Amino acid sequence: MMSTETKDIIDLLAGIEPGSSLYDIRAKRSQAYENAQRSYLALFEPDDVSDVTVAERYAVAAFVAGIHAEPATAGFYSEKFAGAVDGSEQVAVLRAEIDGAKTQGPYGAFPTGPLSVEDKVGLIYRVAGESQRALSGRLAAALEHAHLLVFHPRDASPAAMQRLLEAGWSSTAIVTLSQLVAFLSFQIRTIAGLRTLSASLGHRADASAKAG
Amino acid sequence: MSDSIVVHAGENQPVVFTQQELGWLPWLDPLAGAALTERHWAGLVDRSRAKSAYFRLLVRDPEILEARTKTDKDIFYNIADGLPRAERELAAAATSRYNGCIYCTSVHARFATVHSKRGEDIQRLLDQGVGADLGKRWNAIVKASVALASTPIAFGQQHIEELRSAGLEDAEIVDVINGAAFFNWANRLMLSLGEPSTVVDA
Repeated sequence: MMSTETKDIIDLLAGIEPGSSLYDIRAKRSQAYENAQRSYLALFEPDDVSDVTVAERYAVAAFVAGIHAEPATAGFYSEKFAGAVDGSEQVAVLRAEIDGAKTQGPYGAFPTGPLSVEDKVGLIYRVAGESQRALSGRLAAALEHAHLLVFHPRDASPAAMQRLLEAGWSSTAIVTLSQLVAFLSFQIRTIAGLRTLSASLGHRADASAKAG
Repeated sequence: MSDSIVVHAGENQPVVFTQQELGWLPWLDPLAGAALTERHWAGLVDRSRAKSAYFRLLVRDPEILEARTKTDKDIFYNIADGLPRAERELAAAATSRYNGCIYCTSVHARFATVHSKRGEDIQRLLDQGVGADLGKRWNAIVKASVALASTPIAFGQQHIEELRSAGLEDAEIVDVINGAAFFNWANRLMLSLGEPSTVVDA
């Protein structure tokens, strides 16, 4: 099922056009450029979906992008998720979960000791019973783990791994799930950062046009 | 259920940020060296990475590991243009300090010290946190990294302006964004798949 997606996702969502100065700067890191896209393809158009289904991947991505409250990436992945599932119930349930899961990070506890003064308490997100039934216990466990990784990764523990194993995630599936959430944390920030830089270049171009 | 977690005694867990070399212990079983196929070797990129429990765990999904490793190397090691290596490592260390990854911070604080020769400033970042005063240029890089690591993302025009007024060109600002963004990937793997140890593997 390789690859229908030819457009570079970071360029697409950051609004970077070929021929622009940011496009040329990105092109100088050609390995980083190509492999950020290959990472996206490895996670969303994989050769092997026996450990994690494509619908599960897009559900987690729509959730992760949604709780980051970044409109461009949230819209992109939520559309992908809607296209990967039958019916609209799961899409509506996921949207409601995103609304209830938003908070501010990073927070969490350090190993007990001198750093404990920096411990910050925050939301421990759990999917309620009704939503669990609509999404499946397995997907609900993945969303809870994704929330932990996005907002308070320093609270991660063997107990969190155990919850995933009990919900039907194998060790290999947990590696893929962790890469998925961690990759998105990178991709979403790269897009947000480049979009901000791109906007500042627009301002500067406008200013010099006016000055000229 | 065939898979299970690996629990460590935790008695050698570091409790402060340090530039000392640390070990890392996985909470899930890495693949055994003898079980690695050609597909896995391609995922590891460098054969020497098979010695690391971290990479032998990640290689359970070889395609994403390969693409991630190549992204990582180009962002940090391709110094043909753009930001000096020391300051890419500073962005990585600041991001890791803010997210709370003691292991990642130790590695990239050490690299930042080696490349900048400013070990005392790096140690102040570790001891005091991301608010430590490291001079105008480094402060701008740390602040931009922290804003980008926050959720929701707090990176805005004021961070671009501060980086520019500290002397960074656009290509260097892209390196700050790439380096800081990448450590939001790395920190989440290191923090959630295992734990650091003051005992370094033999």
